[in-house]
Amino acid sequence: MKTLKHDPLNLVICGIGGQGNVLASELLGSILVEQGWHVAVGETYGASQRGGSVMSHVRISADKELGVLIGAGQARIILGFEPLETLRMARRYGSAETEVIYDPREVYPLGVLQGEQTYPDEEAIHRELTERCGRVYRVRAAELSMEAGDSKAANIALMGALTALESFPLSAEDVAQALRGRFSGKVLALNEKAFDLGCRAMAET
Amino acid sequence: MEWTTTVDAPGKTCLMQGNEAVVRGAMEAGIHFAASYPGSPSSQILGMLGRIAPEQDFYAEWSTNEVVALESCMGASFAGARALCIMKQNGLLCVGDALCSCALSGLRGGLVLIASDDPCSHSSTNEFDSRNMAPYASIPMLEPTTIQEAKDMIPFAFDLSEKLGQVVLVRLTTRVCHGRGNVTLGELPAARKPLREIGEWDRMVCINWLHEPMLEKLDAAQAFFNCSPWNHYEGPEGAESLIIAGGTGRLYCREALEALGVQAQVGLLSLVTLWPLPEELLLRRLAGIKRLLVVEEVDPFLERNIAAVVGCNQLQLEIHGRLDGTLPRVSELDPDMVRQALGSFLNLDLPERAGSSELDLPDRELTFCAGCPHRATFFLLKKALRMEKKQGVVVGDIGCYFMAGQRAGQFAFQAGSCMGSGINLAEGLGQLTAYGLDQPVVTMAGDSTFFHSSLPGLVNAKYHNANMLFLVLDNSATAMTGFQPHPGTGLTAMGREAEPMSIEKIAQAIGCDVTVADPFEVEKTTELVHQLLAKPGLKVLILRQPCATLASKTREKRKVWVDADACRGEGCGCDRFCSRVWGCPGNSWDFKNGHAVIDPVSCVGCGVCAQLCPAGAIHVEGGEEG
Repeated sequence: MKTLKHDPLNLVICGIGGQGNVLASELLGSILVEQGWHVAVGETYGASQRGGSVMSHVRISADKELGVLIGAGQARIILGFEPLETLRMARRYGSAETEVIYDPREVYPLGVLQGEQTYPDEEAIHRELTERCGRVYRVRAAELSMEAGDSKAANIALMGALTALESFPLSAEDVAQALRGRFSGKVLALNEKAFDLGCRAMAET
Repeated sequence: MEWTTTVDAPGKTCLMQGNEAVVRGAMEAGIHFAASYPGSPSSQILGMLGRIAPEQDFYAEWSTNEVVALESCMGASFAGARALCIMKQNGLLCVGDALCSCALSGLRGGLVLIASDDPCSHSSTNEFDSRNMAPYASIPMLEPTTIQEAKDMIPFAFDLSEKLGQVVLVRLTTRVCHGRGNVTLGELPAARKPLREIGEWDRMVCINWLHEPMLEKLDAAQAFFNCSPWNHYEGPEGAESLIIAGGTGRLYCREALEALGVQAQVGLLSLVTLWPLPEELLLRRLAGIKRLLVVEEVDPFLERNIAAVVGCNQLQLEIHGRLDGTLPRVSELDPDMVRQALGSFLNLDLPERAGSSELDLPDRELTFCAGCPHRATFFLLKKALRMEKKQGVVVGDIGCYFMAGQRAGQFAFQAGSCMGSGINLAEGLGQLTAYGLDQPVVTMAGDSTFFHSSLPGLVNAKYHNANMLFLVLDNSATAMTGFQPHPGTGLTAMGREAEPMSIEKIAQAIGCDVTVADPFEVEKTTELVHQLLAKPGLKVLILRQPCATLASKTREKRKVWVDADACRGEGCGCDRFCSRVWGCPGNSWDFKNGHAVIDPVSCVGCGVCAQLCPAGAIHVEGGEEG
């Protein structure tokens, strides 16, 4: 039987509505269940099309039936689609044992654009992330995705980066295979390219 | 992953969303009929059922509202059909009369009613607790604790419904509907039960002499539930402390007990058959217990009813939960809240989590999507109202446009209640204009809300000639819940074409003065609203522009860009009109260089900001037309 160094392995995927958070957690979860893992996924979806903070909790175990939410400080991995949201989640779910991969591309909240709030400095966010968490990787996923042809595959690029983590039980080939099963034509070509760029970006960090 | 709902592979384990698991359960139960009105968190259930219905040979519809959905299911049941009805908590409150009447009349074919609650109101205005309806209507109620149970429960609920001749309520919550987990598939039936011809002397009538038989059905349900394998006990025998958990509370409690290392000292009883309470089971498990913690979401429903059992049987034990503050009185459960409650219940010292930080993180307020027609609507409405001599009053309704109470909609809404209430609240105000309330009154409904419950209100407002402006924000979709079709769209849940109903013709048929305009023509429509506000009586203005998210799936995206040299920046003039006032996620700001930019990821290319930019600095590929 397969085992995990940390069981359950808790993964938080966070960002803002419309960035493909739910697709990422569902795709990863499906592959994991096919491979015989016990998986629980919790989605915050209410804001999914309306610019609010969204997150998914993906929990993986060799044998345990799990609740769909992760407790404070219990995330082993945080996959962040946006820096502010990554820090917000790291404060709640991160610890010195958490690995963080995030896209440093800022998306300003309405209050910031309207001049009523201030968006924290990019380096200040990164500093706090590195102070709180174990290892922190910056992957410019939206840029990589645009390089692949369209910004909407940023989530796929980040999944590529995720597979490079030793603690995560899926390989790049596992996910690439699932992408081929799920998509076809132009969308597949875009996703494969973005995925590959994500994998390579991690190799370079 | 809809193939999981119909694949004939008993024993296979798949990752399933709770809503998807319910659909699979309905297939395993062999339903004939399904009806619903969209509402988060369970909108996906009928969406999926509609898509698979043609090929699976059953009927599914998006009904115009929840009452219609339940009553059509009752009709189907009279012919022996198995009917599944799905709604959110607000819908369940709407169907109170229909449900209580149905409970009294009894049924033929099984009728399972799913009520999905939204503790913490992730996508609702409230966290009403549907469980309170079961005692009120005297019907049995179940609630799953896992995604697997959400599937398995549906065939069980249909069997129970037919055994009792009674509606069975299945209560779900957001974390089940929108959770995913391993689900092992069961068998699909070889054939559906045949429908039963309704004979001349068959009856299914709501009449009070069925009151006693209705209660006897509940007694029979209780007898099943007392020895039902659905309720689980785990932990030591003879413990003095017991937790009773409902719904999602079960797994949170189990994990917390394990993490705190106390699972050998505390019993955990999870109830799935919630009403009537399995009293004999409870008395068996409560014997010798000194301290009880009840973990549930959201109201202290189990807690109060268990307290009644404890009191009636003169048991001596402490009861903790939502009522004494061991758990907060409001909001959904989460692992931290449950852990905290267990710590306090078991007198454990839990380490505090350090977490102070100097960096202030701005919150992320919800807003209309980039290119949303509602942004233009509320912008122009506020502009038109400012042209009036008297301060106007804006009454809202339910839909994406509920966000107009926030920055997204220029803080336009001043009152808002439930589905279809806007026109009635406004009618009340509009009548007072003859009694000294000298203010223009405006309300609105989306196209789906219009068909759901604004129609009787519109008839009433017209008949009584209230002084008010009724806007129909027609974006050709039930956008808030995921673009389900409604009678205005020309499509059904099963993907069949239907004759679309015209909102203007309906309004004209009852004698309303109707105008149609495009909210993207901001200046022209502002002037029109201003003129309509000056006219006495009831005015109907349909603001038509398709939902941007829907339109962006088919419409070619035009490139929009800012001429940085022409942009006036912050210094003088427009005060960053595009990002500060207009506030579309597509309009961002370059804080380093002090000028506007278009966020190419968010922008859908509607071009309305180009019309509005006071400096003419925003350009649209192929011209500035919105």
